[in-house]
Amino acid sequence: MTVKQFLNLEWKQFFRSSHWQKSIALNILLIFFAIYFMVVFLIMGIAIVPILKDTMPGEDVFKVINNYIFYWVLADLFFRFFFQKLPVMSVKPLLTLNVKRSKVVHYVLGKSATSFFNILPLFATIPCGVMLIRDGYSTSMVLTWIVVLMLISIIINFLNFIIESASAETDFSYLPPILLLGSLYALNYFNIISFTSLLGGAILAISNNVLYLLVPVLILILVYAYNFKILKQKLFLDSSLKSKVQEVNAANLAWTERFGDIAPFMQLDLRLIWRNKRTKSMAFLMVVGLLYGLFFYPQPMYRDMVWLFPFIGIFVTGIFLISFGQFIPAWDSGYYKLLMSQNIKYEQYLRSKFVLMTLSVVIIFVLSIPYVYFGWKILAAHFAAATYNIGVNSHVMLYGGSFNRKKIDLNQRAAFNYQGTGAVQWIIGIPLMIVPVIIFAIINWLVSFEVGLAVLITLGIAGLALHKKLMNHITAKYLQSKHIMINAFSQDS
Amino acid sequence: MITTNNLSKKYNGVTVLNIEELQIPKGQSFGLVGNNGAGKTTYFSLLLDLIKPTTGSITSNGIVVSESEDWKPFTSAFIDESFLIGYLTPEEYFYFIGELRGQNKADVDATIAKFEDFFHGEILNQKKYLRDLSKGNQKKAGIVAALIGNPEVIILDEPFANLDPTTQIRLKGIIKDLAQKQGVTVLVSSHDLLHVTDVCERIVVLEKGQIVKDLATNEATLKELEAHFAGTPEV
Repeated sequence: MTVKQFLNLEWKQFFRSSHWQKSIALNILLIFFAIYFMVVFLIMGIAIVPILKDTMPGEDVFKVINNYIFYWVLADLFFRFFFQKLPVMSVKPLLTLNVKRSKVVHYVLGKSATSFFNILPLFATIPCGVMLIRDGYSTSMVLTWIVVLMLISIIINFLNFIIESASAETDFSYLPPILLLGSLYALNYFNIISFTSLLGGAILAISNNVLYLLVPVLILILVYAYNFKILKQKLFLDSSLKSKVQEVNAANLAWTERFGDIAPFMQLDLRLIWRNKRTKSMAFLMVVGLLYGLFFYPQPMYRDMVWLFPFIGIFVTGIFLISFGQFIPAWDSGYYKLLMSQNIKYEQYLRSKFVLMTLSVVIIFVLSIPYVYFGWKILAAHFAAATYNIGVNSHVMLYGGSFNRKKIDLNQRAAFNYQGTGAVQWIIGIPLMIVPVIIFAIINWLVSFEVGLAVLITLGIAGLALHKKLMNHITAKYLQSKHIMINAFSQDS
Repeated sequence: MITTNNLSKKYNGVTVLNIEELQIPKGQSFGLVGNNGAGKTTYFSLLLDLIKPTTGSITSNGIVVSESEDWKPFTSAFIDESFLIGYLTPEEYFYFIGELRGQNKADVDATIAKFEDFFHGEILNQKKYLRDLSKGNQKKAGIVAALIGNPEVIILDEPFANLDPTTQIRLKGIIKDLAQKQGVTVLVSSHDLLHVTDVCERIVVLEKGQIVKDLATNEATLKELEAHFAGTPEV
């Protein structure tokens, strides 16, 4: 089997997947992002030399740039961890064919080296190198420098997969890497170990002596070999065939009985959240979301930007509502046929989700009360935002769900998994976050802070008052698209 | 009980099912056989309103299934694994289905107690999620869940596939009992001619979406079916 055949297979897999055909909008968005980043990097590459010369006259620009490389490495690792995944290949059909396992692994790894993440830095390093040469630095040194940065980029590429595969074993997979990166940053920041000058010095040394290039090449070979080793182990069927049997955790959910006819669905939803990787880490996100306000409120700069408070409030109190609500009913896509042929009322099914989202908002609001430390205005804004979330956003979420056409496989990896994401998720953000913020900002500007909040609260209460009507409307919408959803959910993306 | 009229289903102009008339009386054990693509699953999906008919309709107990949802309380089905909720244990799954069908825990316990030997000690009290069970055991759980709540119509798509021989024999007993003693209408599809002739009092053969044979089962039926599928001309 040649590389050409591999590529041929993948080409077909990509363009024949129903996912590609259905989500052109998402693909266009991704291309748009890619172009955006390329332009940003290009500008950065061109501008950095003149800017540094202006701000730090007398310093060696080349040295200063190299001292920043450490931050670039950290940021690169961080973004890759969340956004870059090892190119997946369905290897199962290949295993019994006449292809060497090592060839498959080499191919998968080699392909990852061509990732956009590895190409993007070139948009900055090459123009930056040109500017450096124009500035009088020796051409050979700058060329070596560009090569070093490329090597570092590819090392990060493979390092990331090692971190990913190690962290995939744990439940809250993204916590350990964040802690690791955070502590590296802290060590450097408090000057305990100065990685900036260490790495900067190393790069400087290599640039001055081409022979030292062997060091990054050696590191690259090491990380590649390690990746090769772990991947090859995974290529045996028994690791995927041997289903990991999970110990059952049975919690007593009798308390849901008080919700009457929706109790069975609430129990189902709670078990859904607690027993699946992706949903579990979503619940964990509630904690992170709760702390989100700490990014803003302690800084005096934001304390005067009152118009921002409801936005933060909606995000903080609605984090569960947003992350859970946007994939209704796709969470149940795996067994949607069952639900649709069972003796259930759509309205009960949806109301259970509504109650769950409302409960989450109330709980997070109560937990967020300590923010009052930063001023009563913040608490008031959070209260208004919570009311708005319950009365308006919950219904918006349910309504938006009726447009969901993407299946979610609950057994997939948890963090930053975009499966199930479609145009709906982007469009729904507008009424969800932007509309209330604009309404509030205008009234806050024209009348006053208090009136602005009052309007948000009124909107929320109005939504609650119309709850029955809205639910009827939403239910009708779901019934209308029932067959389309069943069909969409039974397709593999 | 179940009346099918002028039913057809087309995908992009290709007809995959076309049944002019089919009556299934109450309490009949009805078997559907046919090669791949004959339209068996399509028919069952139409019966459960999982897909929309292009023309015609199915009436179950006087209710047009594509227009009202009132057929749901007396109908249950197990079509494939997508009818299972992977992150529940079998017991939780049974209770969930039971609750949807208006049964309390005790009722459900009573129902599944009857199938103890069918489960063969591999389903209950295993402390395992459904997604961690083997294909065959998943099927057992799905089939039994379809029997909860005294449904009057039970639809099982390929119930014998993936089951071990012992379980196949027990399942045959269960289906016969349902139709003969309890008056339940059971619809079964299968590729195994021996099993359907054993279980069903009536067998309909589908070919490219059309009914080509409608037989009341007797000793000669198996031979006739085998001859049909082997392609040998009939005597």
